[in-house]
Parts: sequence; structure tokens; C-alpha cells
Amino acid sequence: METNETITLKKLINSQSIKIENLDVYIDTQHILKDINLTIPEKSITCIIGPSGCGKSTFLKTLNRMHDETPEVKISGKVFVDDENIYDPHVNVIDTRKKMGLLAQRPCPLPMSIFDNVAYGPRIHGIKRRKALNQTVIQYLQYVGLWDEVRERVRTSATRLSIGQQQRLCLARGLAIEPEYILGDEATSALDPLSTKKIEELFIKLKEKYTIILVTHTLRQAKRIADYIIFMYLGQIIEAGPTEEFFNNPKKQLTRDYLSGSFS
Amino acid sequence: MRRLRAVKDKTARYFMLGIAIFTILFLLAIGLSLFFKALPIMKEKNLWVLLTSSDWKPFKGDFGFLPFILSTFYVSLIAIIIALPFSILTSIYLNSYASKTVKRFFEPVIDLLSGIPPVIYGIWGTLTIVPLIANKIAPVFVEFSSGYTVLAGGIVLAVMIIPLLISIMVEVFRSIPKEMIDASLSMGATRWQTVKKVILRKSISGIIAATVLALSRAFGETMAVLMVCGNITQIPHSIFDACYPLPALIANNYGEMLSLPSYESALMFSAFLLFIIVVLFNGISRFTLNQIEKRYQF
Repeated sequence: METNETITLKKLINSQSIKIENLDVYIDTQHILKDINLTIPEKSITCIIGPSGCGKSTFLKTLNRMHDETPEVKISGKVFVDDENIYDPHVNVIDTRKKMGLLAQRPCPLPMSIFDNVAYGPRIHGIKRRKALNQTVIQYLQYVGLWDEVRERVRTSATRLSIGQQQRLCLARGLAIEPEYILGDEATSALDPLSTKKIEELFIKLKEKYTIILVTHTLRQAKRIADYIIFMYLGQIIEAGPTEEFFNNPKKQLTRDYLSGSFS
Repeated sequence: MRRLRAVKDKTARYFMLGIAIFTILFLLAIGLSLFFKALPIMKEKNLWVLLTSSDWKPFKGDFGFLPFILSTFYVSLIAIIIALPFSILTSIYLNSYASKTVKRFFEPVIDLLSGIPPVIYGIWGTLTIVPLIANKIAPVFVEFSSGYTVLAGGIVLAVMIIPLLISIMVEVFRSIPKEMIDASLSMGATRWQTVKKVILRKSISGIIAATVLALSRAFGETMAVLMVCGNITQIPHSIFDACYPLPALIANNYGEMLSLPSYESALMFSAFLLFIIVVLFNGISRFTLNQIEKRYQF
């Protein structure tokens, strides 16, 4: 029998980690993800790499249950976030998503002002007091280094920002819901090198507080910022491990072929 | 050989330009011919009196168009007030909530609805809406109503423009990038929050454009409205009064009593008036739409 004490202890140990057991994902009859078993370490950057169509983005979407929006997708298996299987019927999808800040491939500001974009998350989760909102918005805009660039025009449309600024805005917007995890789906692939660098630096800064999971297309980026690498191919995890070990001493032939550029 | 191809290309281009200009000329031709036909009455009477007087006694030579103009606006206004919430909510449902099966069922039905001839809507209105108003709705508010009223016209017209509004709005909502909706949902917003704060906000100019189109259609709709709105020359004081919109006036009287030359010209004037209302309305709303888009470039 478990006492309350042991349960809390267990929670402490496993807090902020993601554990995946026997995850299978089908889209219609296509088997997209095949028997994924994985633990993602907390407060670090985990990069998922692999050729296009290997299921990276599909995998990322299973973590914040964005597949709920597409009825063709069938999911079996368990995804434990903070010790709770998010595919358990009693779990509220909103609570799950609130824990995950998502950064999409291309920045997608909402059709409102810069301020309202960052305040969007807090507002939908019920924060109304202007003072609190102001504080949150400024705090996160400062965090992503955008505040000094936009302080004069926070009330103007977010679409007039440059693409790089927009992506940092989206990051601030995601952070404002106070997530525990940050998911990035090729978050820098639409950006110029300078903006990419800024985002990468932010990720490194963010991993002190957050667990970050990034899908990336560029091996160099993974090398630069990742602590752990997951290599996927045709819906399966081929190899996973700490970055250095993965790049210097890959264990599988398939990994070696991919790293040497035999296929991409 | 090469030159021949270039010549052909040029010919095709200018030929099509000519055809395109022709369509614009139609508009001009209609406007001009109505204008010249209406000219006699405009010379005979003061234009201001024509527009603001409510005396309509063709045999005495009194032509006041105010009742017809107001009737047209009232009926169209009622129609749009009823139709807008209906079609916005339906299109939101179809866009954001409905499953593929439901969509596959709804969309052809809506297209079918917009293809039904107006006269059928008119008959349906006469058989169901008019008695419903006369026996059930109006007695709650007023002592007596025949049922042939502004409200009846508005309801029938609303039913007619709803399919048009829905099919445009579904397109407007569909054009919103999926990433934007996902961005909202991924932050833990519910569908309804996403609809209110992102989808409606993003499509405001599209909704206005759809409304304008529907209103233009409503101004001009003749048959169905004529059959249910009573056709009594008066300024309606409530939605339970009969009214007489401009298109009904023309359709009912053109071809009769044209022995009176000023009467014919008066009818032409009302046609010209309707034409101007629609053109002006379109122009003004296009302008406002531009302003809105400029100011709220989101």
C-alpha cells in the first residue's frame, strides 16, 4: 500500500519529466509512430533529428495532444507528463497544453497587438487584472530580449515585426502561460542566421527552468545546443543518448549513415 | 513563326480586354438609360420633394418616394439583423466544430438553398410566415396585423440571404491559416475562446464584405418580398405594418397605367433610385472596408 508520503516523494523525483511507454500513432491506416519507449530528461535540451517524414513532428504533437484536433489520428500507449498519463480519459486537455509552450515552424502572431499576443495566454486562463497582465507582458518580452525593441509600439499590430522578432514574440507568448516544457517544431527553420542565434541562446538560457524538446532539421544546430539527441527513422527511434556520445560514437549503422550524409 | 505567335498573343490579350470593358459598359448603359428615362420626372418635380415626400397619388401627379425607400431599407435591415447571427454561428460551427461527415452533408444543402427560385420562397412565406405573424406573433404586440408586413418580408428575405452569407463566410473562415488556430489551441484555449478571440477577429473584414453583398442582394430582391409584405403605400411605423419596397413597386406597376407619361417616368425614377442605392452602397462599403483594413492591419 502506498502512503501519501511515498506518493509525494515519487512526484518530487519525477517532476518535470516525460516518460513514454509503447506509443503507437496511426493516421488513418498509416502507422506513423511505432512502439516508442522513451524518457526525456528534465531541465535540458533534447533534440529530435531524422529525415523528413520520419515522424518527428507527429511525435511532438502527441506531447501536447494537438492530435485531438484531427479525428483521423489514432493513438495508443501512454505518455506520462509529471507522472500523469495525459491520454488518460479523465485528464483535461487544457491542463496538458498549459504545461507545454509550443513554438511553431513559422512564427504565427495572433491577429492582435504585440501586448495582446503575450497577454493572450494569461487572459484565456482567467487573469484579468491590468496590473498583473502588464507585469507579465513586460517580464516575458524582456526575457526574450524584445522589450527594448518594441516598448514604443506594444499596442500596434504584431504582424509588422520582422520574422525574427515575431518568433521571439511567439516564444514570449508561449512562456506567458507559464509552462514547464517548451516544444519547438523546427522553430528556427524560417529565420535568418542572426535571429536563429538569438533563439538558440534563449533556449540555452531557458533550460535552467524548463525542459525543452526541439525538432530540428539541422544537425549542426543539434550539436550546438542539445544535451540529448533522439534519432528517428521511419517512425521508430533508432538511437538516443547524450549529444557527445551520439555524435562521436554512434552505435547503429543507420545513425552513422545519417550522420555521414548518406541520406537525409 | 515566332512573330505570328507574338501577334496571336497580343490579339488575344486585346480581344479579352475589349470583352472585359464591355461588361463595365453594361453597368454604364443600364445606369444611363434609366437616368434618361427618369429625366422627365426629375425635370418636372423638385428632386428633394420626390425623395422626401410621402404623397403618392399618380393620377394627381403626386410622386413621393419616401415610403418605398424606407420600406426597402426596413425590410433589408430586418433581414440582415435576423440573418447575420444565424449565418455567423452556422459557419463557425461548420468551420470549427463539425466533423467531416456533417460538413459533407451541409455544404451541398446550403448551395441548394441558394438555388431555390425566389417565387418559391415567396409562396412559402405567404403560406407559413404570414399566418404565423398574423395569428401568433403580432397579437402579442399589436391589436391587429394582416401578417403581410415588414417583418414577414424581413424573415423571408433573411431565409433567402442566409445561404449566401454562409457560403461566403465558410470561405472566409477557411482562409484563416491553420497555424494561427493551432497557436491559440496549443496555449490551452478552448475552441470557443479561439473562435471569439482569433477567428472572428481575423475575419471581421470578410464578414463585413459578406454582409454588404447580402444587403445589396436584399435591396434588389423583388418577387419573394412582394408576395409577403402587403404592398400598401405608407411609411411603416412598426414591423407589423405593411410596406411597399421599391422593387415591388416597379414589378407591380410596370406595364400598367403607362398611359400616364409622368407615371412611367416615375417608375423609371424608382428603378434609377434602386440602381443608385446599390451602387452607392457598394462604393461606400468598399471604402470603409479599405479604411478598416488599413487601420487594423492585423
